[in-house]
Amino acid sequence: MPGLEDLYREIILDHYRTPRNRGELEPPAVKIDGHNPLCGDEITVYLAVDRAESGDVDDAVVSDIKIGGQGCSISQSSASMMTKAVMGKTVGDINAVMRRFKSMMGIDGIELEDDDGDVDLGELEALQGVVKFPVRIKCAVLSWNTLANAIAASADNASDDA
Amino acid sequence: MSATDVDTFDVDSVRSEFPLLTDRTIDDARLVYLDSGNTSQKPRSVIDAMSSFMETTYSPINRSSYRLAGEATEAYESGRIAVARLINAPSADEVVFTKNATEAMNLVAQAWGRMNLSTGDVVVLTEMEHHANIVPWQMLAHERGVEIRWIGLTPDGQLDLSNLDELLDGARVLSFTAMSNVLGTIPPTKQLCAAAHAVGALAVVDACQFVPHNVTDVQAWGADLVAFSSHKMCGPSGIGMLWGRMEVLDAMPAFLGGGNMIDTVTFDGFTTAPVPAKFEAGTPPIVEAVGLAAAVEFLEGLGMANIRQHEMQLTRYALDTLNSRFGDDITIYGPDNVEVRGGVFSFAFRDLHPHDVSQVLDETNVCVRAGHHCAKPLMQTLGVNATTRASVYLYNDEADIDALADGLDGASDIFGF
Repeated sequence: MPGLEDLYREIILDHYRTPRNRGELEPPAVKIDGHNPLCGDEITVYLAVDRAESGDVDDAVVSDIKIGGQGCSISQSSASMMTKAVMGKTVGDINAVMRRFKSMMGIDGIELEDDDGDVDLGELEALQGVVKFPVRIKCAVLSWNTLANAIAASADNASDDA
Repeated sequence: MSATDVDTFDVDSVRSEFPLLTDRTIDDARLVYLDSGNTSQKPRSVIDAMSSFMETTYSPINRSSYRLAGEATEAYESGRIAVARLINAPSADEVVFTKNATEAMNLVAQAWGRMNLSTGDVVVLTEMEHHANIVPWQMLAHERGVEIRWIGLTPDGQLDLSNLDELLDGARVLSFTAMSNVLGTIPPTKQLCAAAHAVGALAVVDACQFVPHNVTDVQAWGADLVAFSSHKMCGPSGIGMLWGRMEVLDAMPAFLGGGNMIDTVTFDGFTTAPVPAKFEAGTPPIVEAVGLAAAVEFLEGLGMANIRQHEMQLTRYALDTLNSRFGDDITIYGPDNVEVRGGVFSFAFRDLHPHDVSQVLDETNVCVRAGHHCAKPLMQTLGVNATTRASVYLYNDEADIDALADGLDGASDIFGF
């Protein structure tokens, strides 16, 4: 039976006790909610995206991200680590990290692209232990799924304005 | 059964009847199953009754004329008779078998509701209801403009009946739980049924948590319809029960249509069979009814009053132990008075999320539930997203409560409090 030290690593507890980038952003930043109906994890992602001059969505840069909501240590620490991992990055790079992360979590149907193997997950590696507790995978992935919706919403806004 | 008839409960002997509880260990730590509020474990006699039935007697019920089918029908009907006896129903014909209690509640809302409720009619519920006693009514509200009113709660989790008259004014239905699956609260069911009748409202009781843990007398309650289920009372999953006064059931239209619930069918239409067959369309949970009969027998062997007494003592022990060990670090919802409380404990422990608490408890083989317990409106009233919930039954003892408390200490260690 996997031990809890695999799940509750120090870095995870650190992010849980002191979550980074908590707060809100005003419009035009997008605000997207996500939740886990089974256990009551809730997350709100506020996302500010600067459109690229190229007009290519993948080149757009996340200029700011804030997290709201409440939930278990895994969902909240994962969200906190996510904000650090995406701040200032392009959408293209963020999607690559998302693919690598979800693949690490054992999510079905993630097709890694050629350069994804080079993606450095940094602190996100600490969540590897979650895979041994399948019930908690949803918790770890909640913030990323919500972020994906936020990125899509932001792209929609961009194309509306275009 | 009077208080003087209550026997001492030999929990070890009772637990030895449950194969899963005796066999399941992790690193020599026995299973501490504190989630009977969700679903109960099954004694050997129930398991054997079902296997044996499938091995020796299984065949169609109500359909065929050979001897075997007659025996199967009798075995199936013995479940109905046993349930009627358990709840002191005047007749076994007033017991309808469904898939589960949730289906029973939907049956009431659809069959009785559709025929009797229209725009502006009032249904009164309580803030501590399970979704099964909320959503079917909300569907009606959405579909035909039925108004829902809510009985609120006192600070210690009992029903606030101070404005009951106002809430019931003009109401057509009062539907409430006889024991909360989150707070353990046991409201004054008889008084509530009488209050409903005083204004001409239908009295519906969700007795899922109540029946497995108490002496039940639907006649004494004065209720019109009572829903409960097998899997919470040591019986198999897949079969639920709706008891109803014959007069009420008789007047209701059918719910599901198909075989068994008809009298005649022509190209132009159909007529319905009498109650209870009217509400039992298609092949019923035959094997499950046999298991349920065995479960009732098992419970009657222990005595419902004895079970209730055992749980009251255990509840008192749990409240005292958890409060004295953790003081302000634990908040246990629901009343402190065990006379109006069943063995269900939802609590908040320090700042830990219930999901993390249940994870840590799982390490020492302690099984509890974390989440909203299918009572999201109640969570809103309590001001939380989720709670951790432990619930006891006839196979739990003080050592189980101690294991729960020890596990909570473990949670403190990991999260560094």
